[in-house]
Amino acid sequence: MGISPVLWQFLVKWLTNSALFPPEASTVAPWMDSLYFFLLGMTATGLLLVGAIITIFSLRYRRSVHPVATQIEGSTLLEATWTIIPLGIFLVAFVWGALLYFRIYNPPVNSMNIYIVGKQWMWKAEHPGGQHEINALHVPTGQPVQLTMISQDVFHSFSIPAFRIKREVIPGRYSTVWFEATTPGEYHLFCTQYCGTNHSQMIGTITVLSPDDYKKWTEESTSGMSLAQNGERLFASMGCNACHSGNAAARGPSLAGVYGSTLQLTNGSQVQVNDAYLRDAILNPSEHVTAGYAPIMPTYQGQISEDGLIDLVEYLKTLHTNYRVQQTLTTPEADQASPPRSGAVKP
Amino acid sequence: MSEQDNTILRLPDQSTARVPKKNFITAEDGLLSWLLTGDHKRIAMLYLISITVFFFIGGAFAGLIRLELLTPQPDLVASDTYNKFFTMHGVIMVFLFLVPSVPATLGNFLIPIMLGARDLAFPKINLLSWYLYVVGGVMVLATMVLGGVDTGWTFTTPLSTHYLNTHVVTTAMAIFVAGFSSIFTGLNFIVTIHRMRCPGMTWFRMPLFVWAHYAASILMVLGTPVLAISLTLVALERLFGIGVFDPTKGGDPLLFQHLFWFYSHPAVYIMILPGMGVISEVISTFSRKRVFGYTAVAFSSVAIALFGFFVWEHHMFIMGVSNYSALVFSLLTMLVAVPSAIKIFNWSFTLQKGSITFETPMLYAFGFMGLFTIGGLTGVFLGSLGMDIHLTETYFIVAHFHFVMVGGMLMAFLSGVHFWWPKMTGRMYPETLSKMAAVVTFIGFNLTFLPQFILGYLGMPRRYHAYPPEFQILNVLSTAGATVLGIGYMLPILYLAWSLKYGPVAGDNPWQATGLEWQIQSPPLTENFTEIPIMDHEAYDYDWLEHKTKPEVTTVG
Repeated sequence: MGISPVLWQFLVKWLTNSALFPPEASTVAPWMDSLYFFLLGMTATGLLLVGAIITIFSLRYRRSVHPVATQIEGSTLLEATWTIIPLGIFLVAFVWGALLYFRIYNPPVNSMNIYIVGKQWMWKAEHPGGQHEINALHVPTGQPVQLTMISQDVFHSFSIPAFRIKREVIPGRYSTVWFEATTPGEYHLFCTQYCGTNHSQMIGTITVLSPDDYKKWTEESTSGMSLAQNGERLFASMGCNACHSGNAAARGPSLAGVYGSTLQLTNGSQVQVNDAYLRDAILNPSEHVTAGYAPIMPTYQGQISEDGLIDLVEYLKTLHTNYRVQQTLTTPEADQASPPRSGAVKP
Repeated sequence: MSEQDNTILRLPDQSTARVPKKNFITAEDGLLSWLLTGDHKRIAMLYLISITVFFFIGGAFAGLIRLELLTPQPDLVASDTYNKFFTMHGVIMVFLFLVPSVPATLGNFLIPIMLGARDLAFPKINLLSWYLYVVGGVMVLATMVLGGVDTGWTFTTPLSTHYLNTHVVTTAMAIFVAGFSSIFTGLNFIVTIHRMRCPGMTWFRMPLFVWAHYAASILMVLGTPVLAISLTLVALERLFGIGVFDPTKGGDPLLFQHLFWFYSHPAVYIMILPGMGVISEVISTFSRKRVFGYTAVAFSSVAIALFGFFVWEHHMFIMGVSNYSALVFSLLTMLVAVPSAIKIFNWSFTLQKGSITFETPMLYAFGFMGLFTIGGLTGVFLGSLGMDIHLTETYFIVAHFHFVMVGGMLMAFLSGVHFWWPKMTGRMYPETLSKMAAVVTFIGFNLTFLPQFILGYLGMPRRYHAYPPEFQILNVLSTAGATVLGIGYMLPILYLAWSLKYGPVAGDNPWQATGLEWQIQSPPLTENFTEIPIMDHEAYDYDWLEHKTKPEVTTVG
């Protein structure tokens, strides 16, 4: 055969790599694909219908066989038909899509939380157990995983095509998405929001492991310090415990058990304390003053990284008592800054 | 079957026919007479030349993008250069080609004539609009020469305000200026359509081309100022750090996208509606029939314009907007898809019991209907909330809007240019060559953009300089298609230029069409009509045309 080797190689490559769909590796992937097939079917039907009408009319009423046109004004019945039927089909697409959307963006309560920080041009993943990854994420199968994500600079977007999920990663605001992986393997992670020079290098690998392998991985790759432990160190080194000591006379409110509670603020509003609130309260304290306290806390804007904020939030999530705050978190600065008063930190 | 049976084209006897000596082109001589003209037809010609220049500059960037994507490695240019390529491609194509394409050229030329008027309501504002367009265009070219801009045509903050060191402000101001050209065009059309219709020209006797432009003009006048505001805020944020989009100063980076898409979604209807107007005229003429469901087609244009303003958030479904607002915007998006479906079916049924011929404008119109159907229905994928999560920001989006904008709008534009070419220039283009160009364009287009739908579902993100090697085959196909498409676009410019001198003389009404523009000489006189016509029949009334006594002599001198 005289087929050129280049063409031959091209054909072979095509046949071996001609995937039309990414692998289905999460619980929502089959759902997404069935909606996709419905919509593909709709498109094919619509296209065939329009194509058939045009072809048939073109053949039957072309000038050589139908030299004189018959004028027709229109037809209310036909207008109604092609208004209502497409509308009906589009509404099915709307309802189906909405169900899927709410499913992907409302995490189940038992999901495991992993933090993602995006920055030009890398992804950092922070597991609560102290595993830190760059441009990589290890997750187990059969366990819902929620990603709490934030950007340190510009908009990014966290996309795992094999899981059929994607969420914008926004500066200054947490966004979340969840998935439950089903098939062990390695999958693409892409940044899909244009973010500057190396946008196309902001990629990584999602490694899905069986629960046993995942357990092994977590044990082998922990930094030894959980996020909450990092947070506690920050809490002490930034002197937070000087005011948030949990004492009755302290200048700041006690933070034990604050996560998940409802706070009354001085501006009269009530807020549910969640990750986003805690982050905002550290960066813009003057807008989030708990009722009964003076607005004396300085802003920490620019003094603490998004990673540090995540550590603090993780720490506050696990803070249920002020015992350690009062007993062990004494630092030289804190001692100098607030001389002993009645009920102050015991040595 | 004789040649006569396959075409409605009737050219005057070429041995005696001459292009009329007195027409809007020959009325005055010299460059200044063009640069200071108030004649809507001359301004349309100025626009036609300038948007063609920008189309080929934008197209060259598209070619460079496709060339880079031939291989998975980032090997042709540096990443920053690639980012500038797609930004310049987007900015030029959207703001300097697609938005003014049909309205500023064909619309400018035809709307007064179709309404039986001697000019637009404000000829000097019309000229100003062209100058603003040129100033905007020159600013974009200046940016290009000075080193380009790499924000993407969407100018997403805070990337555009805080992180890039390229000519963002210049480009933003260029679009600001070009935006005013579009506002003035829209304003002129609205006033003209309201106030300058000839006696007997009721709203429902207007050609659907005018209805489509009316709807698009409303969008231009109401939407473009919001674009101007958002780009001004970007410039102020960059220059003075006012903090509207800066979270550390209490601003909201997402606000920019709300403002930007509040214009830029209606903008796609600004781009497509005039194209739909062209299709209505062409389908009717080449099937010798009134457009099926005239009122339905007319009102669907208005419905698109109306709903078009309330769907902008569907560009932001994954951006952490409230789930419930996403629900509302998704529903409205589904509603805006319906009028487009109505139009497609009405055009299809216009063919029923017609007497159809397949000249070049009709081939482009058929191409439009097929490609716009795909483009429109893939829009439903993206309006469907869950599906949008997987597809947005991938090549699926790229393929979708190129099907609508290039497959739809550009096909309509070429259809219209071929259809009215004899009216604008007085000469016919070569028919066989132009049919070939239409077919080449159609094939090239599909080869370029169909693989991108698959790439998108596979997850390949848009605006990627490099990509995983398994996506290469589809990218190679796409680049191959772009080459074919490039040839398809080069052909018309060559043979249309040739026809200016050597094309057969077209006569007044080569297509036997019913519009008022076809009842006057080609090219028209500067004042269009020697006396203002009286519209005594419906639009697309072929019986009227047949019974009309033919007072005009086709060849005057």
